[in-house]
Amino acid sequence: MSPGTTGPRTTGPGTTGKERVPAVAGWFTMDTAEPHLLGSRCRACGSFFFPKESLSCRNPGCSGIELEEMPLSRRGKVWSFTVNCYAPPAPYVAADPFTPYAIAAVELAAEKMVVLGQVVPGVDLARLRVGAEMELVLDTLFEDDEHEYVVWKWDLAEPVSDKRGAR
Amino acid sequence: MTAEVAVLGVGMHPWGKWGKSFVEYGMVAARGALADAGVEWRDVQFVSGADTMRNGYPGYVSGATFAQALGFQGAQVASSYAACASGATALGAARAQILAGLCDVALVVGADTTPKGFLAPNVGDRPDDPDWLRFRLLGATNPTYFALYARRRMELYGATEHDFAKVKVKNARHGLTNPFARYRKEFTEDEVLGSPMVADPLRLLEICATSDGAAAVVVSSLEYAKHHAAAIGAPVRIAAISTVTPRYPNPVIEMPEFATDSAATAPLPESGFRDSIAERAYEEAGLGPDDLDVAEVYDLSSALELDWYENIGLCKPGEAERLLNDGDTTIGGRIPVNPSGGLACFGEAVPAQALAQVCELTWHLRGQAGERQVEGARVGLTVNQGLFGHGSSVILTH
Repeated sequence: MSPGTTGPRTTGPGTTGKERVPAVAGWFTMDTAEPHLLGSRCRACGSFFFPKESLSCRNPGCSGIELEEMPLSRRGKVWSFTVNCYAPPAPYVAADPFTPYAIAAVELAAEKMVVLGQVVPGVDLARLRVGAEMELVLDTLFEDDEHEYVVWKWDLAEPVSDKRGAR
Repeated sequence: MTAEVAVLGVGMHPWGKWGKSFVEYGMVAARGALADAGVEWRDVQFVSGADTMRNGYPGYVSGATFAQALGFQGAQVASSYAACASGATALGAARAQILAGLCDVALVVGADTTPKGFLAPNVGDRPDDPDWLRFRLLGATNPTYFALYARRRMELYGATEHDFAKVKVKNARHGLTNPFARYRKEFTEDEVLGSPMVADPLRLLEICATSDGAAAVVVSSLEYAKHHAAAIGAPVRIAAISTVTPRYPNPVIEMPEFATDSAATAPLPESGFRDSIAERAYEEAGLGPDDLDVAEVYDLSSALELDWYENIGLCKPGEAERLLNDGDTTIGGRIPVNPSGGLACFGEAVPAQALAQVCELTWHLRGQAGERQVEGARVGLTVNQGLFGHGSSVILTH
């Protein structure tokens, strides 16, 4: 049925010698060890938003218009997941040959919000279950001749010891 | 209860990949609906178009495009876009004009020409557009979101790939004799489960295609119907049109979003978004799930049809598989769902689809649905959902 993994485990960004740049500016920190998504929080009611909301709080019970940038929790639990088996259309830059990739929707406990992300390649998909603990990592989205474009992805959070071995 | 309007006539252009202009499809549907209604085009006072985003400027002003193609005759005009709910929104605009006494009879038309393959964002670099960014940063196609819902259903309720495949088998059988359906072919469960995996756990035969197609509806005041259309007898009536938006915070990840709302500071609403779409329609109509004889739901995927059983109140959460497996939602069962064959047999022609649901129920309520007729149907409900907080539900009675 579903493939066991989504291809060889990548070693994380920064191994190609190319300049690493975020695939989108200002959505996450470029801290390879402990990256955070950058959301915003309403100063009036405390509601969180991702991506950042800058115009106005979207809680209809709040009239706040001041929102501050806020790093979001690095960990959460799987709400659901899938594996995309076909290359998506542009503007996605698909690897050639295309390799399937998993996407997880992960619920952040403190923010009580679900955030999508690709799952880093090489994760044992049998261990992806609703409720599984995930953590945020950075990985390559695609490359061109000069740059390695980096994006956030989700990785299984446990067990820490054998997961980090390959890095 | 809200005041009602009459459905005088309905018409469709067959779904498919015909390689023609959306205007031509719309004209066929519009002329069909006018003929069915026995209404002359020159007597139509309001034209309500459901827009297409893939056909340039004429698609953005679809009401005027269809009015011009039929021959400008001075009618007032409006054009609506509300993603998959566009057709219902255009119908709602016509209903509002009629109920406000601003016109007596209106023509509603939706038509589309769609490219092959995944629905993709509009071309060009648009890094401020979430619909562009979800493809760019995540490779999250529409089936990605359908698959997230399907997988969650499996994990929460123990749904299986066999259940999902059976939805496709049922709908394929329903649509077999529907002259407007694009795919008229029976499938076995094994054939469905043997089709390529697209977005795990959903397979190619379980995900709706994109199609060309058109649907049109002629609506009028009940007074106009009484005088004008005496020949057709008591008309089908529209008892409700719901086009509600979600309530904050919505805890379900919706296309094309990267994240849900945060429920950290505001309590969850009593009903989820999909539930609330039908609830509003029931409230307007003064009816409930027990009153339904037939429903057309938006089976963007086979698994999503099961979610809808629960969202429209046919059963409690987690019980949809039992409803399906007991044959309750098959024609001849307690509450047939998607007698047209649904999106499984049509594929999606976005601005036409919600109107096609209305056409189908109109035929059932009149007893004109041929071999797929739901016997004795008096009350029917449509429901759908699309991008950017759009959804719709229409209740028809006879």
